[in-house]
Amino acid sequence: MKKLLILGGGTAGTIIANKLHEALDQSKWHITIVDKSETHYYQPGFLFIPFGIYTSKDVMKPKRDFYPRGVEVVIAEIDKIDAGNNRVLLKNNQILSYDYLIIATGTHIHPEETEGLIDGNWHKDKFDFYTLEGACALQNFFKSWEGGKLVLNIVEMPIKCPVAPLEFLFLADAYFTNMGIRDKVDIHFVTPLPGAFTKPIASGILGDILEKKNIRLTTEFGIARVDNEKKVIVSWDEQEIPYDVLVTIPTNKGDSAIERSGMGNEFNYVATDKDTLRSKNFPNIFVIGDTTDLTSSKAGSVAHFEAEILYDNFLNAVEERPMRAKFDGHANCFIESGFGKGLLIDFNFDVEPLPGKYPLPGIGPFSLLQETKMNHYGKVMFRWMYWNLLLRGQELPVTSNMTMAGKRY
Amino acid sequence: MAAREILGKMLEFDTDNHLKNRDDWNEQVAIELAKEEGILELTDRHWLVINFMRKEYMEKGNAPSIRKLTKESGVETKELYSLFPKGPAKKAAKVAGLPKPTGCI
Repeated sequence: MKKLLILGGGTAGTIIANKLHEALDQSKWHITIVDKSETHYYQPGFLFIPFGIYTSKDVMKPKRDFYPRGVEVVIAEIDKIDAGNNRVLLKNNQILSYDYLIIATGTHIHPEETEGLIDGNWHKDKFDFYTLEGACALQNFFKSWEGGKLVLNIVEMPIKCPVAPLEFLFLADAYFTNMGIRDKVDIHFVTPLPGAFTKPIASGILGDILEKKNIRLTTEFGIARVDNEKKVIVSWDEQEIPYDVLVTIPTNKGDSAIERSGMGNEFNYVATDKDTLRSKNFPNIFVIGDTTDLTSSKAGSVAHFEAEILYDNFLNAVEERPMRAKFDGHANCFIESGFGKGLLIDFNFDVEPLPGKYPLPGIGPFSLLQETKMNHYGKVMFRWMYWNLLLRGQELPVTSNMTMAGKRY
Repeated sequence: MAAREILGKMLEFDTDNHLKNRDDWNEQVAIELAKEEGILELTDRHWLVINFMRKEYMEKGNAPSIRKLTKESGVETKELYSLFPKGPAKKAAKVAGLPKPTGCI
């Protein structure tokens, strides 16, 4: 029996487990998934919780409902990967050996990395929305808030889902407008980037939308600390920005087990070959999703596109055939813009988000980099697709590598 | 892509306005590039960061992030921001004649 061990049963780990379980001969392969938690969170839904659009029950399901039948599931924390000896040590002292390993341990927020962020009023006037607790606490706060200075700050790049901060701003604008207090809320986006987004054309278009919605933008602000007494965030060059409520996108880092294993970079992301998705250091280890050190976005769509590539390469690698599938950095993201509309962006390592139609050139139904009602419906429908198709490793009607057809450039 | 004159020589720059050819870089060019960024004098501390960045780039093929600079160059984040105001990783890469760090997206 050959042993395939998958570390992490989140979006990436679950998709690849389903795809490989289907393809590998079950009389020859034993598949094990390790994860510390029993609950699968639909993370794109966290964004909607502060504004009362979703509740916690909309974003939680048992992980086991999505794992393929017949795989062994181990609920435990990972201590470290002993790659030299093809084994993984768990915190419960269990040792799991493997022939092949897939690392899908993801990325998590670390507010404690920023001085003053979690001291004092954490989840009282300073919130994150990348955890269920943070998103729910913010929902409660907004219910009775009468207005003031709302500051949204990105601590440092890279972050999971780089469009989520923009969506938060757009949804906040719509929410406070509907509450009738938009004129009492000063929405201020404070980012370390030189513009609203990382890529120039999208950055320009999204920056214009911010302006249209009367959202202030401060760029190239590297936060050094939070002064809780003065209620200001302070940059490394001593600029101060006051807040009444601070919504932070804290430092993102890969799992601490990666650090303990000596396999990560300065953010605990694993050195990964950008074409094949194999570890740069160990030929029997593959890496998928937010765990990689690739420059592609840390997002579910990327995990899904990577799964197609990894699947192909894995099946060739175990048969000692050459790996032919190449990942191109493909990502696509719906961007909710409030008032029942949304945008969509589609891009990869080399091609920045461009205007056009998707997935059918000239037809759509979705419009790239343009606010439409159809894009919003796409985002709403996506939750169903996520639970019912995507996690189960089924085909979606989009290609895994990006296509230029339908894009205007 | 644009070319402009630095110290009497036409040099090519990429779309981010970073030096395109690594071989065009030398310490004199760095001093000129720094001036364009408003850094009028390159101190020993600047050079420590610049040389660290170049070494990392030659070894890894990628200019390091601010976090990596802080962790491994021995220069604290606060000082990095005072040496290379606004975006230290990006600015130091530019002066060091390297492409923009690919840290984001």
